[in-house]
Amino acid sequence: MIMNNIVIETENLTKRFGKFTAVDSISFNVRKGEIFGFLGANGAGKTTAMRMLCGLSKPTSGKGTVAGYDITRRPEPIKRNIGYMSQRFSLYEDLKVWENIRLFGGIYGMSDSQIAEKTNELLHTLDFGKDRNTPVKALPLGRKQKLAFSVAIFHEPKIVFLDEPTGGVDPAARRQFWELIYDASDRGIAVFVTTHYMDEAEYCNRVSIMVDGRIKALDTPDKLKCQYNADSMNDVFTHIARTAERTGE
Amino acid sequence: MKPFFACVKKEFYHIIRDVRTVLILLVMPVAQIIIFGFAISTEVRNIRVAVGDPSNDASTQRLINEIDANPYFDITRTIDNPKQIDNLFRRDETDLVIVFEENFNENLLRTGEASLQLITDATEPNKATAVTSYAANVIKSYRNGINKGTARANMQISPEIKLLYNPQQKSAYNFVPGVMGLILMLICAMMTSISIVRERELGTMEVLLASPIKPISVILAKTVPYLTLSIVNLATLLLLSVFVLDVPVAGSLGLLSVLSLLFIFVALSLGLLISTIVNSQPAAMLVSGMVLMMPVMLLSGMIFPIESMPLLLQWISNIIPARWFIAAVKKIMIEGLGFTYVLKETAVLVSMIAVIMLISLKNFKYRLQ
Repeated sequence: MIMNNIVIETENLTKRFGKFTAVDSISFNVRKGEIFGFLGANGAGKTTAMRMLCGLSKPTSGKGTVAGYDITRRPEPIKRNIGYMSQRFSLYEDLKVWENIRLFGGIYGMSDSQIAEKTNELLHTLDFGKDRNTPVKALPLGRKQKLAFSVAIFHEPKIVFLDEPTGGVDPAARRQFWELIYDASDRGIAVFVTTHYMDEAEYCNRVSIMVDGRIKALDTPDKLKCQYNADSMNDVFTHIARTAERTGE
Repeated sequence: MKPFFACVKKEFYHIIRDVRTVLILLVMPVAQIIIFGFAISTEVRNIRVAVGDPSNDASTQRLINEIDANPYFDITRTIDNPKQIDNLFRRDETDLVIVFEENFNENLLRTGEASLQLITDATEPNKATAVTSYAANVIKSYRNGINKGTARANMQISPEIKLLYNPQQKSAYNFVPGVMGLILMLICAMMTSISIVRERELGTMEVLLASPIKPISVILAKTVPYLTLSIVNLATLLLLSVFVLDVPVAGSLGLLSVLSLLFIFVALSLGLLISTIVNSQPAAMLVSGMVLMMPVMLLSGMIFPIESMPLLLQWISNIIPARWFIAAVKKIMIEGLGFTYVLKETAVLVSMIAVIMLISLKNFKYRLQ
C-alpha cells in the first residue's frame, strides 16, 4: 500500500473551526525514515495539522493518508502504526520507569515477553539501568524526554509524531535527544517533528514552514537558506514568519 | 483485552502511589459511621419530669418517689390540667410528662391492672426513645417489687407511651443507609471524575487517544479501581454496622449487595458525566461537592425526613439517586423486606443509570476538539 516509501501524504488538507481556518489546504508528503521538521509560529496551525494526521481530529476537507490508511475513514489502523509524544509531558510521573514502558507496550498490544526483552534493551541503550525502578517524576527533564521518545517508538511504529518534544532543555540536552531521533530514522522510522528551536530545524532532512494555516516553504534546510539568501534557518524563519497576519494563540 | 488490563493496572498504581488519598478513602467511611453511630446512642441524664396525678394515692406516691430517687430523673413540677402539657414542652421546661389514670391504686388492687401515660417530645427522636425506655424500666421494676410483696402476683402497670410531634421517629436508623449512600457517591462519582479530568489536564489523555486503545476502554479502566474500593467500603460499613453498632441486616444480603451495586453504577456514570462537563480538577471537585454531596446530605432523607420537607423539596428529592438507594436499603436492611418491595427503587436506579450514561456518552469527546 505504501508507494515509493511515502508514509504520509496530504492533499489540500483543511480544518476549520467555525469561520476560523486553522489549517488551510496543505499538501505535502513524508518518506520512510525521513526527519520532517514542521515549523511555524504559535497559532500557525501546526498542532491542529498534526492532530489530524494522528487521527485525533477529523479534517473538514481534503485528503490524507498516514502509513497507507485514510485519515478520515480509517483512523484506527493509523493509531497502531504511529507513535506520539506530546508537547506536554507524555509519561506518568507517579509510575516507575519500567511501569511506564510496560503500560505503553501493553496498550499497543505487545506480548509480555516482547515487552520484557525490549525493556532491557531500551534501558541499556538509554543507560537507564539504575533507574529502572525510579519514579519518572524523580528524573531530570532531559532524561524524561529521552525516555518519553523511546516509549513513543517502543512498538516500532512507521512514523513518530513529536510535538515540541524538547521544550525547556538546553542545547546540549537537545543534541542528545536528537541522537535518538537519528537512530530511529536510521531504523526506517519517519520522524514528524514540530519545534520552535531553529538549531533543531537545521537537523531535519526537510523542513516545512507554516504561516497562517498555509505551508509557505518546504525544502531541505540548505536549499531554503540558499533560496532566501540566509545564513541560518533562524533567518529563513523570521523572513517567512514576518508575513504572518494572525497573532499567537 | 490486554490494553484494557494494562490501563487498569496503571489506575491502581495511581491510587496506591497516592497514600493520603488511599487513607482518606479507607478511613473516612469508618470514621463517619462511628461518629454517626455514637450520635444515636447518646445517653440522656437529668431528665426533667412533670407529673400529673389525679388519683394521688399510695401507689402513685410510691411510684413517684421511686422515679424521683432514680439518678436519671428529677421531678421538677406537678400539673393538674392536661392543657398545661403542650406549654411545658414548648417552653422547654420538661423532658417527660407522666400522667396517671384516675383511681390508679384502686384499679391496680381490684383488676390487677393500672395504666399511666408517658409523654415526650419526639422532635429529638433519639432522646425521646431513651427517655421513655428509661421510665418504662423504672415502672417495670416498681411493678416487680410490688408483685413480690403481695398475694396477687400478676399486677400489671401498662405505661402508654405518647411521642409528641414526630410519632414515627423517622430518623432512627437512617444513618447507616445514609452514610453508605454518601460514601459510595463520594468515592465513585467524585474520584472517577477527578481522575478522568486529571488525565486530560496532564495531557496524557492525548497520548492515550493517539494510541490504538479505545477511548471507552480508557474510561472503563478508570472506574475499575474505584468500583473495587467501593465494594471494600461497602463490606466495611456493613460489618461495622452489624457488629459495632448493632444495626442488623434484617433482609437479604444478596439483594442489598445488588442494590448497592446498582447505586455504585449510578455514581460511576455521574462521575463520567461530570468529567465530560468540567475542565479542571478543582471544578470536578466543586461540582461533585455541590451537586452530589450536598443533596445527598440534605435531600435524600439521610438527615431530614423527606415527608417533612416542603413540597418543592420533596419533588426535587426525587431526582437524587441517593434518596432511592437509602429508601431501598432501609427497607431491606432495617425492615427486612424482599425484592417486591423495592421494585420501584430498583426501577428508578436502573433508569437513572440508562439516562446518565446516555447523556455522558453523547457528551464524551471521543476526539478532543
